[in-house]
Amino acid sequence: MKTKNRILITGNEACGEGAIQAGCRFYAGYPITPQNELTAYMSKRMDETGGVFIQAESELAAINMVFGASVAGARAITTSSSPGISLKQEGISYLAGCELPAVIVNIMRGGPGLGNIAPSQADYFQATKGGGHGDYHCTVLAPASCQEMMDLTRTAFDIADKYRSPVIILGDGILGQMMEAVEINQKSRAKKQKSKPWALTGCKGRKPNKIRSLLLKDGELEDLNRRLQKKYELIKKNETRLEQYKTEDAKIIIAAYGTSGRIAKACVDRLREKKIKAGLFRPISLWPFPYKALRKLGTGSTKFLVVEMSTGQMVEDVRLAVQNDKKVSFYGRTGGGIPSEEEIMEKALSLK
Amino acid sequence: MAKIKIDKEKCKGCMLCLSVCSNGLIVRSKKLNKRGIHCVEFKEKNKKCTGCAMCAIICPDVCIEVWR
Amino acid sequence: MEKIIFKKPNSMKDALTHYCAGCGHGIIHRLVCEVIDELGIREKVIAVAPVGCAVIAYDYWNFDTTEAAHGRTPAVATGIKRVYPEKVVFTYQGDGDLAAIGTAETIHAANRGENITVIFVNNGVYGMTGGQMAPTTIVGQRTTTTKKGRDLKRDGFPLKISEMIAILEGAKYIERTAVSSPKEILRTKRAIKKAFEIQIKNEGFSMVEVLSMCPTYWGMSPEDSCKRIEKDIQKVYPLGVLKG
Repeated sequence: MKTKNRILITGNEACGEGAIQAGCRFYAGYPITPQNELTAYMSKRMDETGGVFIQAESELAAINMVFGASVAGARAITTSSSPGISLKQEGISYLAGCELPAVIVNIMRGGPGLGNIAPSQADYFQATKGGGHGDYHCTVLAPASCQEMMDLTRTAFDIADKYRSPVIILGDGILGQMMEAVEINQKSRAKKQKSKPWALTGCKGRKPNKIRSLLLKDGELEDLNRRLQKKYELIKKNETRLEQYKTEDAKIIIAAYGTSGRIAKACVDRLREKKIKAGLFRPISLWPFPYKALRKLGTGSTKFLVVEMSTGQMVEDVRLAVQNDKKVSFYGRTGGGIPSEEEIMEKALSLK
Repeated sequence: MAKIKIDKEKCKGCMLCLSVCSNGLIVRSKKLNKRGIHCVEFKEKNKKCTGCAMCAIICPDVCIEVWR
Repeated sequence: MEKIIFKKPNSMKDALTHYCAGCGHGIIHRLVCEVIDELGIREKVIAVAPVGCAVIAYDYWNFDTTEAAHGRTPAVATGIKRVYPEKVVFTYQGDGDLAAIGTAETIHAANRGENITVIFVNNGVYGMTGGQMAPTTIVGQRTTTTKKGRDLKRDGFPLKISEMIAILEGAKYIERTAVSSPKEILRTKRAIKKAFEIQIKNEGFSMVEVLSMCPTYWGMSPEDSCKRIEKDIQKVYPLGVLKG
């Protein structure tokens, strides 16, 4: 992969390249549309970089292979789409409970059930409110372009290692399949990986390490949970990411992430052409959700239109931030439906 | 002359060692250990311990050390 | 003056285990540690404990250990071994972990010829959860979920997982042994040692199935449990080398 500075690449492959740039040398995955290009790309790139590629017997086995690689201190990633991500939830809960870093990529597709292979954002709750068992959170980053598919995946490994916690990249079928020019330059490299004395590498020269999430003694598990919550407070403080576009004087703010965020951005410009003061609030970290920034915008008479490719999930977090239901309305397409600019415009205009 | 040493506190009284000692030198103790279990005792009667270690091999709780 | 000829292996912690009186796990734990001592690999071995009675094996082992989600032990071991091909990686699993929920992981790890060693403890019940039927419960055996004895029509047949694995080309060495007598225990130790040696020589997947006693949920004394293995269990699960 010549490090020319601009290449034309699909979102799926850009995501894989971000992992390679992060020094990730362990991939375990399973075929599922619409993320198959990612698995194929990693099979090529891992061979080229001397990394490990395993096409596992199931998404279930894949997340547990990532668990094993992470236990051994390696940077590891698994990618799938909605139904496959459901199969990984127990493994993700174990990663959180064992305080292990890992990156999990969900290229969302229509659900529930087998659904379809069209794009969707209906796994928001699963990703941000914790799809597995127990009081845990994954950091959830939502790209809205092939560039962000690469950069956020690379960043995800630094966050995962820094906090010893699983990180989810939440893309969708459009982001995965579309092709865009992507900038690759010197900063497209991960920070130096820190040593992991806790990892299982064979107890030469030290006491044996033990990594497990079964904590039976009285109060032991509660202590772990308290420790996890402290970690989550730190992540909230340091890792919240968002994009605000023309929100300074906006009377109508469209809140949307990922593909919906991109469509909404185009609507903001078209509304501005019609002399309507519109703005875009695009969370990039879905967990930690940027409540503070949104709350600040929600003080005056500004109205909010939440746009999602679902029946409304992030809208609940927007309501939590704005604390005034009259000001927050929702427009969504689901089951693989994609909100068009016209539909969003019509809804936005009806709010005036 | 061989002998064995039994860690009475770790013994759970499963009696497997007793069942494999060909010279019957291991007997059920009348006393209880701290956990209220009738553990086993090494009692050298007429026959001598040969240090065959069968008892130690079958002990599930690594309670028996053997000297020969 | 006598010399000590049998004592706790160095790779084993000096701990009182939680296992029931007469349970085979304690013996097998010790055998694994004796082999690790003899091969001098305590400092390069990484173990994956299962969900089941042996879930807290790491409290008894003196080397790096993790604990996998139920049934995913071979997948975790695959991840570790692929990251560190030069370390010795083994899983320690019960019959539920390996032959029920983890069947796919077991078969595919073997079929990929993963260079890991699997210690498979077959005691015919789910011990940790109170004695339910396992895939290896034999016909007619009473458990808390087969009150009138395992019934072919309702519960199907005891699973011959080791025989299934033995036909896979990725599987290099599969042996079934028992811990029902000192003789069988020493044979189990030899099998475990050979399995580790196969891994160290990078020759592929190795597994030792060990028929083990569960006096508590078989509802009999430890001594009778040993006899039951020799009389009943071995008829369904014959001992011997199945592969390699």
